[in-house]
Amino acid sequence: MKARWNSDVVHAACWGLLVAGILLLAIYFGSGRLRHFDAALVPYTGAAVFAAFGCGYRFAMWLRRPPTRSYWFSGWRIFFRPSRLPANIARLLQLLFNDFLEQRFIEKRSKLRWAAHWLIAWGCILAAAVTFPLSFGWVHFQNAPHDQHVYRAFFFGQQVFTFHLGGMVALLTFNILDISAVMVLTGVALSLWRRARDRGAIAVQQFAQDMMPLLMLFAISITGLFLTASTHLLHGLNYGFLSMMHAVTVIFALLYLPFGKFFHIFQRSAQLGVQFYKDEGQKGEQARCIRCGEAFASQMHVNDLKNVQSDLNIHYELPQGRHYQEVCPVCRRKSIALAQDGTWRELRTPETTRTLWPDHP
Amino acid sequence: MNEMEFFIDHSRCIGCRACMQACEECDTHRGASMIHLETIMRADSVQTAPQVCMHCEEPICAQVCPADAIKKTADGIVQSSLKPRCIGCSNCVLACPFGVPKYKAEINQMMKCDMCYDRTSIGKGPMCATVCPSGALAFTTREQIERTRQGVAIREWSFGGEVVKTKVNVLVPRHVHRIDVSVEQLGMTSTDEYDVANLLMGEPNGRK
Repeated sequence: MKARWNSDVVHAACWGLLVAGILLLAIYFGSGRLRHFDAALVPYTGAAVFAAFGCGYRFAMWLRRPPTRSYWFSGWRIFFRPSRLPANIARLLQLLFNDFLEQRFIEKRSKLRWAAHWLIAWGCILAAAVTFPLSFGWVHFQNAPHDQHVYRAFFFGQQVFTFHLGGMVALLTFNILDISAVMVLTGVALSLWRRARDRGAIAVQQFAQDMMPLLMLFAISITGLFLTASTHLLHGLNYGFLSMMHAVTVIFALLYLPFGKFFHIFQRSAQLGVQFYKDEGQKGEQARCIRCGEAFASQMHVNDLKNVQSDLNIHYELPQGRHYQEVCPVCRRKSIALAQDGTWRELRTPETTRTLWPDHP
Repeated sequence: MNEMEFFIDHSRCIGCRACMQACEECDTHRGASMIHLETIMRADSVQTAPQVCMHCEEPICAQVCPADAIKKTADGIVQSSLKPRCIGCSNCVLACPFGVPKYKAEINQMMKCDMCYDRTSIGKGPMCATVCPSGALAFTTREQIERTRQGVAIREWSFGGEVVKTKVNVLVPRHVHRIDVSVEQLGMTSTDEYDVANLLMGEPNGRK
């Protein structure tokens, strides 16, 4: 068991190093061999590289779990089946729109929860899409050679667009982090409101899992907005201190990313694979319960579960070659009750009746 | 010795559904009942049976979860799937030996009985046991249950070669130490729907 654990750790560490290495190479070449890399942002970059290692490590460890591995490989195998690939790509786009862009499945749980999550998620995605490329030197701006009021935006060294400094594009580009901070702060406020009032949430929430990430997002967003306020409203008052505070909050969140609640951002990708797996299962043979004969799941799912259980040392094998996994959940519940009732029925002989209930007629 | 525990005695159930109604009041899954109430064999018997989560010591639902979304609290309660993680695959629904987890397609999430964690975590009894009129579900001390009931409370089950230990107790005769959900009980007992009109007309089994 210990050898297996060590092998898992080495395997995952290798994946972590590979992901971190790819990021370092992307930073080196993406920033024009560090020509556009801002040395003042080294702490951010260091934390991002560590986060890349941590995410690679944890994702690989996660995939070592038998049920995760089973779904991962089945999902990709089904997705890349040549005859279904075009339909699967269309389905993927539909799933991305519903589950990723709109996040409708959360809306069905609670509208308040959905609003909070959508604002936080898209606020963070927007901020990440700006800050990571900027701090890695993948994006930089230059004045146009003949016009100081025109900016040119470069991505991986290639000019992608130009904009006038007085225009709407400039306004959005230079304030996009403030916009994302307001989105995140609104989402955090809604979340805290819900968590303070929802008795179900209050019963199960934990500080480290549920409150800490919200506090972290709050700290990042508010210190970011303070920087803007210091620049535009307070003539740069305490800018150095505030930028250091902001860096600390961002670096802390990056170090936390692979090991805390934020990791669900990566885990949720499995939701897409599961949909393909379910679609495939519905089209295929259905498993019928060995007790009632009713179809209750896809045969593929039942077979895969048996393999997963075997890997996990779960022994549901029954006599006569049957398997408890072939019993539907309804019949399991009935069998439990019958088994419990049966223990009492065994006692109901005239002799035991006289023993248990001497006054019985 | 005086710790409050959950006890289930399936044979006492009278099928009143009070537990199901009360379950819907639980704050962690308001409006949705997490308890199952099964009619065992409608044509032959009025027997019904409730099934709550048994809160296994090593929950199989959590072991087969690909998203690592099912967690057990320090006090031994197996919680509903974590909302940020659950990917709605139904592995837990199919693998639970007691048939407890429910997959809610509309929210793409597994939910299950969490022994009314909003109540039990602050020392109150779970809703279902609080309202059960027949004592099929009880939340009390082991001392009290063994003083007032026949038999003993055990928490060990076997399903084929798999032995499962649970936090929830079941009441059995004194000589029983483990309930074996054996192949005999899993015999081919049909649970097809019955046609009540046929039954009243004296048809042998009233099957549709």
